[in-house]
Amino acid sequence: MNRLVTLLLSLLGAFACGALILALAGYDPLEAYSALLVGAFGSKNAIANTLAKSTPLIFTGLAVAVAFRGGLFNIGAEGQLYMGAMAAALVGVYATGLPGLLQAALALLAAGVVGALWAGIAGYMKVKFRAHEVIVTIMLNYIAISLTNYLVNYPFKAEGSVPRTDAIPAGMQLTKLMPPNQVTTGIFIAILACIIMYWMFNRTVYGYEIRAIGLNEDAARTGGISIGKRVVLTMFLSGFIAALAGAVEVLGVHKYFVAGFSPGYGYDGIAVAVLAGNHPLGVIISALLFGSLRSGSMNLDRQTDVPTDVVVMIQALVIIFVAIPWVIRKVKLMRKRGDSVGSQS
Amino acid sequence: MYAVELHGITKRFANTTANDSVTFTVRSGEIHSLLGENGAGKTTLMKILYGMQQPDEGEIRINGVKQKIDNPSVAIRLGIAMVHQHFMLIDSLTVAENVVLGYEKRKGMFFDMAGAVQAVEQLSATYGLKVDPRQKVGDLPVGTKQRVEILKALYRQADILILDEPTAVLTPLEVVDLFRVLRELKQAGKTIIIITHKLNETMDLADRATVLRAGRNIGTVNISETSPARLAEMMVGRKISFDQAPLSAYPNRTRLLEVRGGVLRKHHVPVLNGINLEVHGGEILGLAGVEGNGQTELIEAITGLTPLDEGQVLLAGRDITRQSPSQMIESGIGHIPEDRNKLGLVGDFSIRDNLILGYHHRSSFQRFKLLKINHIKRFADQLRERFMIKSESIDTKVKALSGGNQQKVVIGRVLSQDPVVIIAAQPTRGVDIGAIEYIHQQLIEMRDQGKAILLISAELDEIRKLSDKIAVIYEGRIVAYGSRDAFDEFELGSYMTRGKPIAETGKEANADE
Amino acid sequence: MIVSLLSSTLRISIPIAFAALGAIFCERSGIVNIGLEGMMLVGAFGGVWGSHLTGSAFLGLLFAMLAGGLFGLIHAVLTIQFKTEHIISGLGINLLALGLTTVLMENIWGNRGRSGLVNGLGTIRIPGLVDIPVIGPIFGNTTILLYLLIVCLIVAWIVLYKTVFGLRIRVIGDNPKVADSLGINVYMMQYIGVILCGMLAGIGGAYLSIGDINMFSRDMVAGRGYIALAALIFGGWNPFGVFGASLLFGFAQALQIRLQVFNIPVQFVEMLPYIVTILVLILYRNRSRGPLAVGKHFRRGEA
Repeated sequence: MNRLVTLLLSLLGAFACGALILALAGYDPLEAYSALLVGAFGSKNAIANTLAKSTPLIFTGLAVAVAFRGGLFNIGAEGQLYMGAMAAALVGVYATGLPGLLQAALALLAAGVVGALWAGIAGYMKVKFRAHEVIVTIMLNYIAISLTNYLVNYPFKAEGSVPRTDAIPAGMQLTKLMPPNQVTTGIFIAILACIIMYWMFNRTVYGYEIRAIGLNEDAARTGGISIGKRVVLTMFLSGFIAALAGAVEVLGVHKYFVAGFSPGYGYDGIAVAVLAGNHPLGVIISALLFGSLRSGSMNLDRQTDVPTDVVVMIQALVIIFVAIPWVIRKVKLMRKRGDSVGSQS
Repeated sequence: MYAVELHGITKRFANTTANDSVTFTVRSGEIHSLLGENGAGKTTLMKILYGMQQPDEGEIRINGVKQKIDNPSVAIRLGIAMVHQHFMLIDSLTVAENVVLGYEKRKGMFFDMAGAVQAVEQLSATYGLKVDPRQKVGDLPVGTKQRVEILKALYRQADILILDEPTAVLTPLEVVDLFRVLRELKQAGKTIIIITHKLNETMDLADRATVLRAGRNIGTVNISETSPARLAEMMVGRKISFDQAPLSAYPNRTRLLEVRGGVLRKHHVPVLNGINLEVHGGEILGLAGVEGNGQTELIEAITGLTPLDEGQVLLAGRDITRQSPSQMIESGIGHIPEDRNKLGLVGDFSIRDNLILGYHHRSSFQRFKLLKINHIKRFADQLRERFMIKSESIDTKVKALSGGNQQKVVIGRVLSQDPVVIIAAQPTRGVDIGAIEYIHQQLIEMRDQGKAILLISAELDEIRKLSDKIAVIYEGRIVAYGSRDAFDEFELGSYMTRGKPIAETGKEANADE
Repeated sequence: MIVSLLSSTLRISIPIAFAALGAIFCERSGIVNIGLEGMMLVGAFGGVWGSHLTGSAFLGLLFAMLAGGLFGLIHAVLTIQFKTEHIISGLGINLLALGLTTVLMENIWGNRGRSGLVNGLGTIRIPGLVDIPVIGPIFGNTTILLYLLIVCLIVAWIVLYKTVFGLRIRVIGDNPKVADSLGINVYMMQYIGVILCGMLAGIGGAYLSIGDINMFSRDMVAGRGYIALAALIFGGWNPFGVFGASLLFGFAQALQIRLQVFNIPVQFVEMLPYIVTILVLILYRNRSRGPLAVGKHFRRGEA
């Protein structure tokens, strides 16, 4: 209960701060926020849009959260989802002759494996070379984007001027839930992934070990847990899930791989995970919040002259406000004076 | 005239009251012992005096004047200095730099090394504390490091010195030297407060003693008018026995744990240098030694965390040298780590989750990698009862427990899995006396069930109380081995610091270099 | 050809070197700074904005320093005062910088991709120096920020290893509890370290805008902040090592630009600096030993 109150307070703080900055820059915060609200929830189409924008965020948020629980910072979700998207698109274009459902499943699997391996590089480097995964995953992002850019501009390029692959067959495309809007069954896959991860963390030995490593690596090691193996496993899981975000975008929204299709879903995932407190189920709600910001921002562009990057700013503020642990302690400390620290860490 | 007066000091932490309306006074120019068992609140009280903590209530007077000590630099200005139990020294810097840090000798903005060296040499001569100002602190032996700490205090012109468990890491001979220094400082007019739980030393050195128990001041006595037994009673609230545990009645001859020719290198330096030891079933082998002589690495080798570079580890004759930590645990090696918070427990996990750590693969707890939640809960409830772990519920996070209860979680976990060999490293560190007795009891019980126990402790008293056999580790080798009564304190001390018996060193025994 | 390559290497490494230099002070005091990217970005923006407002690029440079310092202050407050996880604070700052600079840019110039052109710092021509072969063209006709960098490097080295302040900062990063017990104000020194880092990173970012193309474009730092972190690690957390590391990355980047002339698809060449960074982290794994207490929150009074 305490946790929820602090989360709400943090959100409030973030939005208030955003409003202040808007005002200082000469815009009307109320106008901006109401445009956001309308754009996110104001009509059936708006809601559909929100759901559509939330889908990839559930995946990337989950991916980052899973890594966080294991004590790892996976900043590479963006690169992993590009790799996954490319893999899914290629399966769609080249693995022909299969029934649609099977082909879709294969595409998702291929995407996941590719993403897992991509993230696994960072995991392996951390274990073998003590390389900080923040830097490695970010570098891999740039490399992945360049790599897929190359692939989509040369060997796998479709006819025409747009840098994209050929379209995938209709049989494997994800069904739209509220046509003509972009929300698809992909959102169910995303929620399923969250449920599976929740179950994994709380009911399996792997989940137990990963959590132990995240909370106290030394004690985990002394307890016989193989840190190296679990770190790589954590990154595999994280990369797999992030890649699904890309695959679902290809299978459901675009129907092919197109360069630059992600407006930063991988990085948004970080905000989603932080807000959710790295809880696999909380990620769903957190993703909805950020998804609504994104879909709301399209309306911002239409109705006002407020720059859409305001949404980026608000996201940053949410990360910052939510990550501040003091709010919890301040509430406790209001009864005691002095700089008592207690046993909190 | 009172140098220090603490009136009504109260300090609360999240789940305990460390100091409960404590009044503590120290006369100028006296040596005053602040006694109490682990967790009694002594260190907290002195940290408040030194400004490292702030009291929730109460008043401090220095030389009769009321003061508010917000941080250490205020305390230093008032002439108070603290020599900590865990040395506050920077290993990579020299003695001179360590001594002057915070009040550096400067040339404008620049650091004046020559000036620092000079200052240290002067102090060293004045107070008879021999050090080499240009040596790196990391290279110094423990006794010398402590001298550096004292020099730090003197450099800041402290008149009131607080020493926190100063003899905890010293050998008996080094203790003698320290006492000489402290008496000289007293002659020079300094006021000295010693935080300790060692009664013999209090009787030897102090003028007066104050006993704290569970955060309260039980009383202040003149040393000339009291006795160790009386002090012990005040510390604990009841009579305690100083008796040794009964020797093992049925030591069976099987060598359950053996290390042969163990060599382990860290950064190319052999930390274990051809170490040989054996522990038999139904026996407690107490391993004495100054911290840093290879104990940690020995434990790491036996538990599989860092395998030996050369040599063997044998379990009931079977070579287990290269096994992984989880294999070691499965083979029956139970490990009670020396730093329970760092190595033994996951603070944010519940008691229940901690009780299966290391054993979570066992078929009683999981099947096809799925945890058997109900089994685990039942198991945890049973252990909680059996080991009397005090907490609100089995789901409480372990970091909220007291030190003694935390240690019970670790011990309960290990003992309940029927290990063959138990490695108990500093098993009663930071644990209150009631729990200490309980833990000792458990170890004796395990021994009587035929298990082999390797007890590693910095408390010579504990080793001499519990062990059937005693060994001393020095520079990565065993330099002494015999039955518990084969050595006295000073013999052990000599082996611990020099690796040789007293007889060999003769007159050198009095110098400490 | 070589001369031009060396010259490019030097120029490209300037922003990375400034940021990495600042990061030394930050990390040595115990605070991890993933937010270098954001601090450079606001520096780049501040430089352009300042130049736009006042017409003087030098005042723009001042703006850049202040902007970077301001973001440094934010990071400091978040991590030191509020005990936020360092890495998350850094990520938040990067995102905030991105959003804020883009919003302001749109506000001022109405374009969400680029700002308008402003007065830049330009280059300085030193008469005698320019004529010396090899060294001449590299050092004699270049941005003033290069000289500033060299001065900063030397000053940083002196401060870090010869002054009392430097001694204390080095101690704090390794063992803040000891420093505190000696009466050193750990919190204040950490604040100074982080703000100093922000200011230097801001100057580095300013090179990218008013030192080079005389305008600001969205997200123009493009990962250099992270490369600076790698330079910090590779360079062993000391000024000259870090400069050397920055040169290496500058070289990779300079090479990459020249390779684009050949028939290799541009994307592969683009990847080069990032691959180099990863390789460096592999090869120099033993250097990954920074200040011992970096990343941990210091709390006075914790037992």
